[in-house]
Amino acid sequence: MQAKGRVHKYGNNVDTDVIIPARYLNTSSRAELAQHCMEDLDRNFVKTVKPGDIIVANKNFGCGSSREHAPIAIQASGISCVIASTFARIFYRNSINIGLPILECEEAAEKIQDGDDVQVDFGTGVITDLTSGKTFQAEPFPPFIQNIIDKGGLLNSLKG
Amino acid sequence: MGMTMTQKILAAHAGLPSVKAGQLIEAKLDLVLGNDITSPVAINAFEKCGADKVFDDTRIALVLDHFVPNKDIKAAEQCRQTRDFAKSYHIQNFFDVGRMGIEHALLPEQGLVGPGDCVIGADSHTCTYGALGAFSTGVGSTDMAAGMISGKAWFKVPGAIRVVLKGKPTGWVSGKDVILHLIGEIGVDGALYQSLEFTGEGVAALSVEDRLCIANMAIEAGAKNGIFPVDDKTLAYEKGRFQREVKIYEADADADYERTVKIDLSSLRPTVSFPHLPDNTRTIDEAAGVKIDQAVIGSCTNGRIEDMRVAAKILKGRRVADGVRCIVIPATQKVYLQCIREGLTEIFVEAGAVVSTPTCGPCLGGYMGILGKGERAVSTTNRNFVGRMGHVESEVYLASPAVAAASAVTGKLTDPEKL
Repeated sequence: MQAKGRVHKYGNNVDTDVIIPARYLNTSSRAELAQHCMEDLDRNFVKTVKPGDIIVANKNFGCGSSREHAPIAIQASGISCVIASTFARIFYRNSINIGLPILECEEAAEKIQDGDDVQVDFGTGVITDLTSGKTFQAEPFPPFIQNIIDKGGLLNSLKG
Repeated sequence: MGMTMTQKILAAHAGLPSVKAGQLIEAKLDLVLGNDITSPVAINAFEKCGADKVFDDTRIALVLDHFVPNKDIKAAEQCRQTRDFAKSYHIQNFFDVGRMGIEHALLPEQGLVGPGDCVIGADSHTCTYGALGAFSTGVGSTDMAAGMISGKAWFKVPGAIRVVLKGKPTGWVSGKDVILHLIGEIGVDGALYQSLEFTGEGVAALSVEDRLCIANMAIEAGAKNGIFPVDDKTLAYEKGRFQREVKIYEADADADYERTVKIDLSSLRPTVSFPHLPDNTRTIDEAAGVKIDQAVIGSCTNGRIEDMRVAAKILKGRRVADGVRCIVIPATQKVYLQCIREGLTEIFVEAGAVVSTPTCGPCLGGYMGILGKGERAVSTTNRNFVGRMGHVESEVYLASPAVAAASAVTGKLTDPEKL
């Protein structure tokens, strides 16, 4: 499986409240959540995001609330993958559980620039910055987690 | 190699003689929690995967607390969906308006969580119950759905930071100041993927309520959980309250800690987190003078009766400053009633504050105290992210009930000692 798209680059500690502000938590509609994704951090995000695009950020991405609405909003806005130096742990769990691919790679997070075109190979964990020509190696998932992803999320994996 | 307290609880719930940091395990759950924001997403997932029963209708708690009494039509629909689910599946611990409270104040108060438990909740502040010697952690809605179906959850066993407390807090210093100080020391990702294991002779100097406040904000350092040893104060709190058998787990003497942080409680000062991250802390001595428009006293962090008493002690015979809105929110119906019985509600109203029914409302910018452009609040809540309490250009300063109440009186961040 591969992802390919243009990069939306952010910094450290991107919290769940800017990914999807609580004033929109009165709905669980994917489409409605997508309309407000990243609103309090980057008002242009929803105007410019295209299916397949990739979010790249530095450390502690997704810190704060446990709201699954945050990875849902990102997924529903068309983002194919999030790459960060580190993720907050609840966001990390939630992304795996709903099938949003996320990769930890400090070097990629540092060197990839906003607007670059990037390709990700989930099988090998290789991240290629097509704009700069650089490649990076992300940490692969442990087999236990890979099994959840392969089965299409946590609830499907429970069915055996 | 020995185990930490967290690791011992996880091993017991996974049916294993021992576990070590990094190990992936499946653990049995004593309680699964959801609220009116996260339960609808979990219920959708539950139904989508074709589940038709819950693992145990006595071990699920559904609490309507974020946007109730319903703030708008959409919120009403989310509550209705949760209410219908609770009725269909005979959920024994369903808390609607009139019985509800802010979940992390309510569950300990009702004796639904206690020492030795393994608990997940679809709310990040579920880590609160570590104060009682439980392993408890926040998860998302899909984990909640899986927990309601199977009674189990997967965990990566966390490594640990040992937080050694010594001495006694002085003056107006409270549990809130301890945790804000700690977060300021280690940063908002300082305990990422780890547990915060509180220990040392200083633990005895902290009330159970102080510990609940401290464990509550473990997540603001990125921690998976925060946990306190079980002592006489815990046991006294649980007596006649906790509905299951108390199980005491203690860390092994040779448990492995990735780091040790020492805090001398007697040296702490009232502490304030400046915008826009909880680790942006300053002592009140460096913070005093910042003008505020609103003071919020309440939340799962500081809405317990002790918090109300501290706020009332400061507001008694004083007036909220002109131009400041002071919003007091007792966290549960029981706390609300106790405030009335002790005369605290009268003190708040006479001081010019408003007293609200229990709700998470303003803490997360839901309703009941939203900030406008450029406005500043001092708040006893737990997050001060950009736009957390309203407009993207508003600001939240996190502090204790004593500092919030004193600041409400003067209209600027104030050391309660200097009032």
